[in-house]
Amino acid sequence: MDLSLATRTEGDRTVVSVGGEIDVYTAPKLREQLIDLVSAGNYHLVVDMESVDFLDSTGLGVLVGGLKRVRAHDGSLELVCTQERILKIFRITGLTKVFPIHASVDEAIASGG
Amino acid sequence: MRRSTRRSRAAVESAGPADLPTSQLTTMAAVEVSFTPLPAHVRTARLIAAAVARRLGIEGALLDEIRLAVGEACSRAVAVHQRQAPTKPVTLTILDENDSLVVTVIDTAGDEQASETQPPEDPFELLTGASSDASGALDVLPSGFGLAVIAGLVDDLDVVRGPSGTVVRMSWKSPERDATARTTGAAEESPN
Repeated sequence: MDLSLATRTEGDRTVVSVGGEIDVYTAPKLREQLIDLVSAGNYHLVVDMESVDFLDSTGLGVLVGGLKRVRAHDGSLELVCTQERILKIFRITGLTKVFPIHASVDEAIASGG
Repeated sequence: MRRSTRRSRAAVESAGPADLPTSQLTTMAAVEVSFTPLPAHVRTARLIAAAVARRLGIEGALLDEIRLAVGEACSRAVAVHQRQAPTKPVTLTILDENDSLVVTVIDTAGDEQASETQPPEDPFELLTGASSDASGALDVLPSGFGLAVIAGLVDDLDVVRGPSGTVVRMSWKSPERDATARTTGAAEESPN
């Protein structure tokens, strides 16, 4: 399964809905999307990962890169994920401390990050 | 026949040649695949490993862990090959050894890959770039990140670096497989 990306605006947030597999092959596509959004002045991002089937450390790297980019503009990058198989890699790597992870897009937006 | 002694969880060796005897692997391998070091093939490798694991009765969270660990090991191998040996193949073997599933990923990208950068103790350092690789790319985690993830997933991990490359050997105990399942699996020669 390839990677699918869809973006929408909710208030001052840009929600990126990701589906499929984020790995060494597909991660560049997600990286380009995040770079494009930040370049266009969208500094408050919510990445919805509820439809992601697979995430590896290459994908984590892209999310870390996205967080660095928005932080450079005092922005935020919030994640939405409830899937245990995806959360596991965040726990193993300690990145649960770095990324705010929410149970829903609404919760991520309400967090006001 | 069981090969080596079981090492402690996530033991990592930095000495000794990458000398897993290929002939032994060949005779024991459930599946052995060589692939050109392209990112697209990492997914193929994951699918193969998952298919073999499923056939051995492995499902659920353990299957997800195997898929992730195999993906990390193959991504790492592809990355070092692309830098050092883009025309040589990466080899993946999957063995059903008694009560364990053993997956080995062998790169032949030489011995100039020993300088893998370890993940920082404090993950927040990833954001400051203090521990990032010399390339300075914002999106690239320290090169040792993949192995650190694998160490968090497998029951046993051996990393043997030698002059020809690195052997990453991962194994998972699969206690849920009972004798009946194994017998049935072995006798199952008819097409689907």
